[in-house]
Amino acid sequence: MKNPMKKLLRGRDWVIAFPYLWLSFFFLVPFAIVFKISFAELQIARPPYSSLFEYGEEILSIKLNFGNYLFLLTDDLYTNAYISSLKIAFISTFYCLLIGFPMAYGIARSSQAVRNLLLMLIVLPSWTSFLIRIYAWIGILKNNGLINNFLMSLGLITEPLALLNTNTAVYIGTVYAYMPFMILPLFTNLVKHDDALLEAASDLGARPWKSFVSITLPLSLPGIMAGSMLVFIPVVGEFVIPELLGGSETLMIGKVLWQEFFNNRDWPVASAVAIVMLIMLAFPLAIFHHYQSREVL
Amino acid sequence: MKPHMSLSIMFFLAFGYAFLYIPIAILMFYSFNISKLVTVWGGFSFKWYGELLQDQGIIDAAWSSLKIAFLTACGALILGTVAGFVMVRFRRFRGKTLFSSMITAPLVMPEVITGLSLLLLFVSMDQMLGWPEGRGTLTIWIAHVTFASSFVAIIVSSRLRDMDISIEEAAMDLGAPPLKVFFVITLPIISPALVSGWLLAFTLSLDDLVIASFVSGPGSTTLPMKVFSSVRLGISPKINAIATIIVIVVSIGVVFSTWIMLQMEKKRKLEIESMMPSNA
Repeated sequence: MKNPMKKLLRGRDWVIAFPYLWLSFFFLVPFAIVFKISFAELQIARPPYSSLFEYGEEILSIKLNFGNYLFLLTDDLYTNAYISSLKIAFISTFYCLLIGFPMAYGIARSSQAVRNLLLMLIVLPSWTSFLIRIYAWIGILKNNGLINNFLMSLGLITEPLALLNTNTAVYIGTVYAYMPFMILPLFTNLVKHDDALLEAASDLGARPWKSFVSITLPLSLPGIMAGSMLVFIPVVGEFVIPELLGGSETLMIGKVLWQEFFNNRDWPVASAVAIVMLIMLAFPLAIFHHYQSREVL
Repeated sequence: MKPHMSLSIMFFLAFGYAFLYIPIAILMFYSFNISKLVTVWGGFSFKWYGELLQDQGIIDAAWSSLKIAFLTACGALILGTVAGFVMVRFRRFRGKTLFSSMITAPLVMPEVITGLSLLLLFVSMDQMLGWPEGRGTLTIWIAHVTFASSFVAIIVSSRLRDMDISIEEAAMDLGAPPLKVFFVITLPIISPALVSGWLLAFTLSLDDLVIASFVSGPGSTTLPMKVFSSVRLGISPKINAIATIIVIVVSIGVVFSTWIMLQMEKKRKLEIESMMPSNA
């Protein structure tokens, strides 16, 4: 009896080890390498950074370059980009919640048959290309685009409005692309609410608005938090939307990182930018993990 | 929640769906425009679809994207199913918190961070181990499997959680070894989740621009990279044509797979009912 038990345990360990090792090696270890290279110096070589450890004449010397981080602190561009990314992500999350909550509520309130169709229609756009959905807005927002052509043909404006390459365009793009991620966790939460609570409140004389604020809203907090983090965290590091819809006024750290890496080929500074972004996102990530593991895992 | 909707909620739903679908509809509409000016209607034509078929660069990129997406979906399905199973069925083991964080974090991790970190890993491995030599399809595949398997794990684990565990226990009691139970009982029951997991991984891989841009090498250009470089130069009806094809193919895929899953569900319910002693 002892032997098969042992064998089972060993089998269990293997089953755990496979995804554990894969994810550790390809998700966790890379962050350690980014951290290491953020202390390297830019070099004209392949790969374009210095090594931190030198071993010669029985001496191991470690050279840590704090210059990349000091550079981020002293150059206003980076500080401004971090602050502006947080601001854009925060406002986008707020708009997603503003539109997404009533929609999720409506879907949860519809009949079973309609509900599945409505949910599929929410998910469907996010299965098609993200890039193409952002591209669609260029044609709508540009100077001789649909909105401007329409308004000018009505005679409401004589000069085209500057819509594309502004922060407004970035907000439209983020809300458009990320709204499904707000609606889905909200729906999963709202659909589980017990109507008896609302009925009891109304029997006791509570107004609909009052019972919404004191019953529905507190109960849906886990869904609100999970959805908000699903929008907020990726938008902080967004690259495609500011690149295609944003203008010179749009400053976002994901785009800065991209340019450091691809245009300046400064891998150490790009690494430092990534590490600071990760530190900023550590708390939102922890919130997300807390609510996500309660809801789904 | 009971079905009941007020007028203002219906208005919000209509507004929301219009917001989601009108831009896609406009995009598809103008792919049939004969004029080169994307936003001025000149007449109906399939001209841009014809030009698309002539563009060898786009066809090559599309082909390599489809190959990577197919292999990613298969890899992520295996890794994600095992990960989801471990999350739900193994209540406690050392490092479980870390394990579950490694599954949830990739869902939201900004792509520029994931892309940069994986590239630096591949470069370091190449330096130290000489593998993977250079970057290309293989490195894109590894990167895509890693982030797509998180999504598969979430889908699979929520399905496993809803599933009736007593069927598995009954099989175990009758002496079936764990591996057999997994393949004969568990996998068929969670198969709808496996189908949607595979499809989601496929579309995630097909869609990814940022991570692929970091970890690809010369000579391995994917479709989103190709589309992105031409979008940067300005809008062109050819991109509208690609977009239309993608939207139609994905919609058919999603509708078809939803239908198959509903059929599978119905069949399974009937089978279970016919086995119930009260019905005999």
